[in-house]
Amino acid sequence: MAVLPLGLLAPGQGGLIKDIIGGRHVRCRLTELGFIPGAKVRVWQNQPWGPLIVSLGDGRVAIGRGVAQKILVEETR
Amino acid sequence: MAKPASRVEMPAQVVIALAGNPNVGKTCIFNNLTGAHQHVGNWPGVTVEKKEGRFAYSGETVRVVDLPGIYGLGAYAEDERVARDYLLSGEAGVVINIVDATNLERNLYLTVQLLEMGANVVVALNVMDEAEARGIKIDTDKLGRLLGVPVIPTVAPKKQGMAELVAAAMQKARTPGAPVRITYGREVEEELAKLETLVAGYPALSGRFPPRWLAVKVLEGDEHVLREIEGFAGIAAQQRESSARLEAVTGQDAESLIVDGRYGFIAGILKETVSRRKTPEERITLSDRIDRIVTHRVLGIPIFLAAMWAVFQFTFTLGDPLIGYVETFFEWLGGLAGARIANELLASLVVDGIIGGVGSVLVFIPPIFLLFLAISFLEDSGYMARAAYIMDRLMHALGLHGKSFIPLLIGFGCNVPAVMATRTLENKRDRIITLLITPFMSCAARLPVYVLFVGAFFAQRQGLVIFSLYLLGIVIAILMGMLLKALFFKGEQAPFVMELPPYRLPTIRGTLIHMWERGYSFIRKAGTIIFGVVVLVWLLSNIPWGAPIEQSVIGRLGQFMAPIYAPCGFGTWEAAVALFFGILAKEVVVGTLGVVYGVGEEGLTAAVTQHFTPLSAYAFMAMTLLYIPCVAVIGAIKRETDWKWTGFAVAYTLVLGWVVAFLIYRCGKLLGLG
Repeated sequence: MAVLPLGLLAPGQGGLIKDIIGGRHVRCRLTELGFIPGAKVRVWQNQPWGPLIVSLGDGRVAIGRGVAQKILVEETR
Repeated sequence: MAKPASRVEMPAQVVIALAGNPNVGKTCIFNNLTGAHQHVGNWPGVTVEKKEGRFAYSGETVRVVDLPGIYGLGAYAEDERVARDYLLSGEAGVVINIVDATNLERNLYLTVQLLEMGANVVVALNVMDEAEARGIKIDTDKLGRLLGVPVIPTVAPKKQGMAELVAAAMQKARTPGAPVRITYGREVEEELAKLETLVAGYPALSGRFPPRWLAVKVLEGDEHVLREIEGFAGIAAQQRESSARLEAVTGQDAESLIVDGRYGFIAGILKETVSRRKTPEERITLSDRIDRIVTHRVLGIPIFLAAMWAVFQFTFTLGDPLIGYVETFFEWLGGLAGARIANELLASLVVDGIIGGVGSVLVFIPPIFLLFLAISFLEDSGYMARAAYIMDRLMHALGLHGKSFIPLLIGFGCNVPAVMATRTLENKRDRIITLLITPFMSCAARLPVYVLFVGAFFAQRQGLVIFSLYLLGIVIAILMGMLLKALFFKGEQAPFVMELPPYRLPTIRGTLIHMWERGYSFIRKAGTIIFGVVVLVWLLSNIPWGAPIEQSVIGRLGQFMAPIYAPCGFGTWEAAVALFFGILAKEVVVGTLGVVYGVGEEGLTAAVTQHFTPLSAYAFMAMTLLYIPCVAVIGAIKRETDWKWTGFAVAYTLVLGWVVAFLIYRCGKLLGLG
């Protein structure tokens, strides 16, 4: 399966986080919220230009498009 | 908590710190524990809000310190640093870590960091009812054994588990147990051991920080900790050496290895203690269903505007009759005082100065409290986070992200906490832009001015005209945000990552406490600054005693300044004086007008109609909205930035206010409106 930025998944699609690229600051923030390699995410909303809503476990997180491009995922379904 | 023996004195009282992620019911537990015995202040040196309370436990007074809601103990966000420094100070004998049972994995990440720091932890496993409803089963005893700390199941809004929680915390305060140790695998442990030995060799470090924790943080490359160890020879070199070795051996950087270690430890615990019926990402919750509508691409913004409209309708429809009652009360009080005081000078001071001035401001307590009530409700229900999400796209135009929208929204209540709320923005550029445009949000203190003028001139369309002023502030904020970005801050943007908590019906008690905290600060301001100002205004307007008001000190001052405002349509000395004193607090504009026109608040509407036209009144309201923020806000901006930005904020808002008032008046004239 191809690895692609989370921002490219369509609503309803899920992914397995493979890597987080970007600076320490972004990574630290994402790590605390549970965005770590191996975690499963699912996109709930993904509109052109705007931020996304993704689910991580039971939690729902809004992330900006810029951040979503830094989370690399493997599409699961 | 590791600290030098000399500093450990017999604790006079037990201090409990509350720590937890945002939106886990921490505030609710704090309210349950402390009831009305609360005190809101600031953490020393920073403007992160510090809440303290106390309760009695079998004859002892126990102090409770509410730490900011945090996801971890990293060095990047101000509130995490505040929490960390407080925990390291060792003041708290025990830490109640509130954990959301429906989102254990992420919540335990903070727990693990607390344990690593050597904090004496009791876990409150909150939101247990929701976890059960979702089919999540948690073996709390086993969880406690694996974490090495007591775990108490709680349902905060129903006050379930509170007695057990307090008992466990008090027990833990007296007999702290040995915490579990999170191990990171052989390679990492070897490097940690080297660092720990080095750290332990410097009493100046090991006295302030637990050596093991410091070693982990150094290896993790925590910027704040790296600065702390700068002066200590060998540690930084060892850190570089260890990181390089780990990277060579494992192919991963040290930071990732430590994060993996923590999450690995958590995963191990969850596997043994949690079972669930359904995998989480397949569940569609009620919150998700609501979000589909509320955060909808097309519907989101209209729904948001409708919510704001409802807030204003609620505030004014309910507030108006209440204003009448308060007015009547002060009229009655003024009449009573006037009749009892024989001395003419004293009677004037009490009736016109104090009762008239303070009264004309306090009549606005009903709408201000109602507005705070509505804002607190939106915040506590979880809608505020959605508003930030919806506005993210718009905020991008200003080079900000959705999170900056929350301070702006709080600004509608009061600009001071709004400026303070910019602390949650991680990057300095975002903070400065946000706090420079926050003062354009029509705070509750502008309301008295709007209500007075709108009541006098636009009685038929009160809601609409007031709404237009709020909108004017927003539009100006957007334009200024874009301008500031283009002028001073080109380039990168901070990451936008924000949890969307599930919608919850706020508890009445929680919302009321929230409202009271904010409303009380307004009353306190009315009791101190505003009181002082109205007495000063009365004094200045009565020197020399007996002279007509336009020949008094204040009259001369106003006459001197009035020509500056003449092009904007309100070049009267009374207006000039009101604006001058309005810098102390915007609501003082009303109080000052009341005093300089020599009428109480009951006669103010009539007095205003004689001195303004509808057009000049609108220009005056725009000026009141935009020109120089009040002293409290200036002070808050100074605390967040430096004198340079503070001076800039004062100067540019003054010029902007004048220009906008001028444009409104002149364009209105051209259109034949006045």
